[in-house]
Amino acid sequence: MIQMQDVWKTYPNGVMAVNGISIYIKKGEFVYVVGSSGAGKSTFIKMMYREEKPTRGEISIDGDNLATMKEKHIPFLRRKIGVVFQDFKLLPSLSVFENVAFAMEVIEESKANIRRRVMDVLDIVRLKNKARFLPHELSGGEQQRVAIARAIVNNPAVLIADEPTGNLDPDTSWEIMHILEEINDRGTTIVMATHNRDIVDSMRKRLIAIEGGRISRDEVRGTYSYES
Amino acid sequence: MKVRTFGRHIREGGKNIVRNGWMTFASVSAVTVTLLVVGAFLLLIMNLNHFANSLEDDVEIRVFVDLGAGEEEQESLREDLDDLPEIGSVDYIPKDEGLEAFIDSLGEQGDYFEGLRDENPLNDTFVIRAEDPQETENIAVEIEELDHVEGVEYGRDIFEQLFSATDFIRVVGVVLVLGLLFTAVFLIANTIKLTIIARKTEIQIMKLVGATNSFIRWPFFIEGLLLGTFGAIIPVSVLGFGYHRFYETIGENTGLEFFEFLPTFPLVIQTAILLLAIGAIVGVWGSIMSVRKFLRV
Ligand SMILES: Nc1ncnc2c1ncn2[C@@H]1O[C@H](COP(=O)(O)OP(=O)(O)OP(=O)(O)O)[C@@H](O)[C@H]1O
Ligand SMILES: [Mg+2]
Repeated sequence: MIQMQDVWKTYPNGVMAVNGISIYIKKGEFVYVVGSSGAGKSTFIKMMYREEKPTRGEISIDGDNLATMKEKHIPFLRRKIGVVFQDFKLLPSLSVFENVAFAMEVIEESKANIRRRVMDVLDIVRLKNKARFLPHELSGGEQQRVAIARAIVNNPAVLIADEPTGNLDPDTSWEIMHILEEINDRGTTIVMATHNRDIVDSMRKRLIAIEGGRISRDEVRGTYSYES
Repeated sequence: MKVRTFGRHIREGGKNIVRNGWMTFASVSAVTVTLLVVGAFLLLIMNLNHFANSLEDDVEIRVFVDLGAGEEEQESLREDLDDLPEIGSVDYIPKDEGLEAFIDSLGEQGDYFEGLRDENPLNDTFVIRAEDPQETENIAVEIEELDHVEGVEYGRDIFEQLFSATDFIRVVGVVLVLGLLFTAVFLIANTIKLTIIARKTEIQIMKLVGATNSFIRWPFFIEGLLLGTFGAIIPVSVLGFGYHRFYETIGENTGLEFFEFLPTFPLVIQTAILLLAIGAIVGVWGSIMSVRKFLRV
């Protein structure tokens, strides 16, 4: 599903954020990406949906080769990838329903499809009863669930989450994790960068640790730090 | 593009216009002022051109042949005239014909001059028209130098003034209009930039979920188009009705036989179409300018 071959990223200001990463992530996997601040996790993730272009190396997502991809094709790559952020990035003037529907409108889905599919994903994130609420009327956890609903509404093959629980308390974080796990069970590949030791250590998944822009560990059911 | 999508783009573009309030007002006003000036100059220049064209018939040079010139000399003068570059036409009016025309033109009073028929004081005359009326003066000067020419006559003063006036108005018009056009484009570009900044998160999300660039661009394109065409409404109506009133009260009966204004139709329709087109182009240009650099990612 996701394949990287000796990928490097040097930002225009000279910072070398990723220095030779090769990975292979299979369809349906759930992968944590951990590492200290500035290690290069976000950069690593951003290259997957082409927010950043690698300086060197090959990346392929679901059969698309990002190195040779034409500018015009990028929107179609992004339709295969859902993205969730620490700060939700919801539109404050739109209701829950509209925020999720927005992602379908901009790829020109029909009204009938939108109505049906949005209610389905709101059901998955358990927000069906708050469809008409505005973002500021929701708790942080609920807002993140809206963001997740928006990320999966177009049925992406991959869901990418950059510290999705970074702003949430432990209970709410667990709520989010259960929803992500459910989405993963339905077959969506998930890549999630996180600093949350509790979650990583108790909900064991494949773990990729990055240090100084290189992979330092890649374990099938890893823990946040080396097990002593 | 699907019809549904197109409807959405128009709604979004309209929303932006309402949302930007004062900047919308400023840029529409800029287009309005620009187009008022452009339109006024257009009407003025079209009328001047019309005037110049209608005068072209009268732009003739009368070449009086030496009284003493015989047939041979007249023939050689005619050849010289034919050889001049930039000559449109050469007509010959023998002095008898000239006298008859003169007497006829005087009507009853002409009777007093019947006696002149025996002792015709007029010269044989060549009537010359220049290919380009603006060259009339140069040609007249050249003709004066030819043999067997007693004198040359043409409407020197009117033409010089008319042509230098139209040239001047054209230059002033073009400079003023260009300056105003750029101001209008700049203001529209800034208005749309405001929209884009206000909608940064929205655009970012659109890109993330896979909207194409053209999909993102359309509402801004429409916003610019609307700003430009709204700006054309006041100039089109003010100039249209204004010219209509002017033509009905003054324009139609100037009392000047040689000067007539262009009738309201089709002039104001042509002007209206031109102003709407300029407004639309200015609007779209402004939007392209501001959207271009924002969508690169
Ligand atoms: N757009 C950018 N331009 C220049 N340098 C950048 C840019 N984004 C990130 N960097 C630098 O690249 C390095 C890696 O940053 P990155 O955001 O990938 O780290 P991270 O592992 O996600 O950190 P955190 O855990 O704090 O989110 C850092 O040194 C950072 O300063
Ligand atoms: Mg980060």
